[in-house]
Amino acid sequence: MPFSSSKILNALMESLLMAQDYARQHVLLCLIPAFFIAGAIANFISQENIIKYFGAEANKFLSYTVASVSGTILAVCSCTVLPLFAGIYKRGAGIGPATAFLYSGPAINILAIILTARVLGFELGLARATGAIIFSIVIGLSMHFIFHEDEKEKIKDKSLFSESNTQEERPLWQTTFYFTTLIGILIFANWGKDGSLKIWQAIYSSKWYITGILLIILFWMLVKWFNKEERAQWISSSWSFAQQILPLLLGGVLVAGFLLGRPGSEALIPKIWIGNLVGGNSLWSNLFASVVGAFMYFATLTEIPILQGLLGAGMGKGPALALLLAGPALSLPNMLVIRSILGTKKTLVFIFLVVTMATLSGMLFGYFF
Amino acid sequence: MKIEILGIGCSKCKKLHELVEEAVNELGVSTEITKVTDINKIFDYKVLITPALAIDGDAMVVGRVPSKEEIIKWIKEKS
Repeated sequence: MPFSSSKILNALMESLLMAQDYARQHVLLCLIPAFFIAGAIANFISQENIIKYFGAEANKFLSYTVASVSGTILAVCSCTVLPLFAGIYKRGAGIGPATAFLYSGPAINILAIILTARVLGFELGLARATGAIIFSIVIGLSMHFIFHEDEKEKIKDKSLFSESNTQEERPLWQTTFYFTTLIGILIFANWGKDGSLKIWQAIYSSKWYITGILLIILFWMLVKWFNKEERAQWISSSWSFAQQILPLLLGGVLVAGFLLGRPGSEALIPKIWIGNLVGGNSLWSNLFASVVGAFMYFATLTEIPILQGLLGAGMGKGPALALLLAGPALSLPNMLVIRSILGTKKTLVFIFLVVTMATLSGMLFGYFF
Repeated sequence: MKIEILGIGCSKCKKLHELVEEAVNELGVSTEITKVTDINKIFDYKVLITPALAIDGDAMVVGRVPSKEEIIKWIKEKS
C-alpha cells in the first residue's frame, strides 16, 4: 500500500474523521434510543397477530395495507423477510401482498428510517418511508394483475396464518403509551435548533427537561408494567441489535469516508466522477443510481453513510432517493433467493418494476427538492 | 428426542444452533440436532417467522432466539 502518498493519507484521515463524526453526533442520542425501540418492537409486539392479515382468506385491502407498513415491525431482522414472503406467496394471500411485503419490508425498517432522517435530512427520511409504502402497494398490485392467472392452483393453507392462542399479557393502551414514550425520547433528545417559530425555539431550549421527564415516565412504566424477565429480554435484544449493526455501520462509515470523504472534502474518488454519474437530476443519473442500488448489497444501515458521502461529493437528491428505494429491497444475492421462490420471469418483472419506480420517484423528488 | 433448528441460515439461526448445542451438552442428553433450511419444510411446522426451534415436531419458539435456560426447560419438559 502506498501509505506515503498524500492522496491515500488524506483518504485515511477522512475515513477516521467521518467515523468520529458518527460516534459523536449520531450514536449516543439517535442510535442508542433507536436500538431500544427496535428491541422493544421485537419483544413486545406480537408478530403472530399481524400474520393473520396475510392468509388466503384475508380481506385483500387489509392484506395490501398491512403488507406495506408491517416492515417496521416484522423486518427488524432480514431473516424474517424471506420465509414470510415465501409463505404469503405459496400458501397465503398470493403474489400481490407477498411482493408488497418483500419490497417495503427492508425499506421501512425502523432503524433505517430513523438514521436516514437524522443523517441525510428529514425530507429524505420522510420521502423514503412514504415512497416505500406507496410503491410497495403499486408493485404488489402490478404483480397481481400481471400474474393472477398463475395463482389459481395454489395450496391455500389456512392454519399457517391462523391467530396463535398466546394471550397478550399487556393491555393495548399500556403498549401504546410505552412506545409513544420511547419515540418521544428519541425525538426530543434530537430536537434541532430552529428559530423560525417561537414554539420550536421554546422546545429546543427545554429539550433536556422534556427528555428527562419522559425518561422518568419510562422508568416508572418499566417498574410497574413489566416483570424482571421482560426487562432483561428487552435489554438483551436491544443489545444484540447494537452488536449486529454497529460493526457493520462502522465498516460502512470507514469505507464511505475513505472513498468519498466527509461532505465538503474530497477523498480517494474525485468529485467530478460522482457529479458526472449521479449529479443533477437527469433520467440517466436516476436510472444509474437505481440500477446500482438494485444490484449492490448493502448491509443493514450502511447505505446511509455511503449516501452521505455521495451527496457530499455532488450526488443529486433525486438519485439519492432512487438509490434508497431500490437499494435495501434488492441485491444480487437476494435476487437469487427470490428467483428460487418466484421463478425467473416473475423475478425479472419484480426487478424491472422496482428499478422503474425508483427511477421515477427519484426524478420527482429531485424536481421538488 | 429430535431437536430441529428451523431457519434459512441467517445469523440468528446460527446463534440459536449454538445455544441448543450448549444446552444439550450441559444436560448431557443424547439427542440429534438437525437444521431445517428448506422453506417448504419449515411451513409444515406452521412456522412463518424464523428462527424457530422444534422439539419432537412441535415448534417451541418462533421468531426469536430464546435464552439457554428456556431451551433447557423445554428439553426437560419433553424428555
